[in-house]
Amino acid sequence: MLEVKGLVAGYGGTEVLRGIDLSVGAGEIVAVLGANGVGKTTLNRALSGLIKPRAGSIRFEETEIGGLKPAAIVSAGLIHVPEGRRIFPNMSVRDNLVLGSYRRGKPGRQANLERIFTLFPRLRERATQAAGTLSGGEQQMLAIGRGLMGEPRLLILDEPSLGLSPLLVEEMFALVARIAADGLAVLLVEQNVVQSLELAARAYVLENGRIVVSGQAKDIAADPALKHAYLGL
Amino acid sequence: MLAPDIILAAVLNGLMTGSIYALVALGLTLVYGVLHIINFAHGATLTAAMFAAYVAQTALGIDPYLALLPVTLLFFVLGYAVQRFVIGPASHGEDRNILLVTLGLSIVIENAMLAIFRSDTRSIDVPYAFESIDLGFTFLAVPRVAAFGVALIVALLLGFLLRATDTGRAIRAVAREKTGAALAGIDVPHIYAVTFGLGAASVAIAACLLMPTFYVTPRAGNAFVLVAFTIVVLGGMGSIPGALLGALFIGVVESLCGLFLGESLGQIGIFLIFILVLLVKPTGLFGARA
Ligand SMILES: Nc1ncnc2c1ncn2[C@@H]1O[C@H](COP(=O)(O)OP(=O)(O)O)[C@@H](O)[C@H]1O
Ligand SMILES: [Mg+2]
Repeated sequence: MLEVKGLVAGYGGTEVLRGIDLSVGAGEIVAVLGANGVGKTTLNRALSGLIKPRAGSIRFEETEIGGLKPAAIVSAGLIHVPEGRRIFPNMSVRDNLVLGSYRRGKPGRQANLERIFTLFPRLRERATQAAGTLSGGEQQMLAIGRGLMGEPRLLILDEPSLGLSPLLVEEMFALVARIAADGLAVLLVEQNVVQSLELAARAYVLENGRIVVSGQAKDIAADPALKHAYLGL
Repeated sequence: MLAPDIILAAVLNGLMTGSIYALVALGLTLVYGVLHIINFAHGATLTAAMFAAYVAQTALGIDPYLALLPVTLLFFVLGYAVQRFVIGPASHGEDRNILLVTLGLSIVIENAMLAIFRSDTRSIDVPYAFESIDLGFTFLAVPRVAAFGVALIVALLLGFLLRATDTGRAIRAVAREKTGAALAGIDVPHIYAVTFGLGAASVAIAACLLMPTFYVTPRAGNAFVLVAFTIVVLGGMGSIPGALLGALFIGVVESLCGLFLGESLGQIGIFLIFILVLLVKPTGLFGARA
């Protein structure tokens, strides 16, 4: 479904990604792991069109999307829930969700809104509240909810558990499992290595702008030397 | 002590002037709230729209009220195009550059009008210019009452657009969270241009409402924008209700100051309030909201 080959991207004079190969199959959960600053967010930004790839190809459902504008990539069904949530703090929870279907999923807006309010009852309770007044966990739910409103074919989650209490982190992983159970493909970027490897089918480890390890999540989880060398465990 | 009737009449007149200020201030505050820049070309845009209404009447025989819709649409399209194809590309995403580009635009527009129309003061003749409504204690000029009504409707429509349509939601979203908006599939440059177009459209409406009772010179718009800027600061930079209420308030202040201090000193009150607000509550009476 997503096929990345030789992806190079960066900012100004610095090259952050130096040739990434990666794929996500239909309905698959794939984890991207790696320490702080290795370029996980940069990878997501290149996939969703926020920055232009300098080389390589990004194919999504058999079409090249590398270098397209973010709006066009959303239209294609690749939706990126960013690190730091990036919700609209001045707008109501409901309006935040509604905007998730600005480009895609408009006909299903009402039904999807209902589905998301069922998935996140807390958002229903706070539907008319300004999103900026939500707690961190609620804002993360809202960001995911907004992503789901666009009826994604592939959802990119960038550190959804960042800044959440341990209990909420558990809840967040359970939630990702639940939305993926409907057959939605998920590219999960995380620093929570143990939980991510439990959840994902396959995983990639990023270091120095390259993929240094890739394989079945359970194999990586079962290899202490590997985990020690690359994931600091 | 002046009779209450006279004061009430001054308040009503102030509200009507304020409604024109409101249209100019709405455009300014909307662009500020979303693009985070003061549009220095706002005054020149108002002047250009006044000339457009002037030409429509004198050359084509179209009444300013009939010209309102086409002139507004024209200025929306022009504003959209200028932001999309001139300001946006020229600014490279830097607010400072946008500021300079709008400043440059205002110089170009003003000088173009100076070249075409000279510095003469021009006005139009409409049959209803001196018609008035008798309230018993005072007369209200019909064109000014019409301006008040249209301005209020426009402010309500703008409020509705921003609250209840996808484009309006996108405008509010882009105002505060550009990256989040882009990831929701919102075309940010398009929304910037729509916002700029709405700013130009709102002064175009003001221009058509002004022309039946006002005159135009190549710098006519600047005086209005100066007052509008005061209003935008007073109401809170970026706040739509702030701009509307602030404009009506400033209109009344100007009118009452004119009554008590003499016509030519009417605007003193405005600038005293401006300084007072800057000293006491620099975020404006309604805070800074988009
Ligand atoms: N906007 C930017 N401009 C310049 N450098 C950046 C920018 N964003 C990130 N970087 C740099 O790119 C590298 C990778 O960052 P990032 O992709 O955010 O890593 P991660 O998400 O894995 O923590 C870091 O060295 C960071 O300093
Ligand atoms: Mg990151």
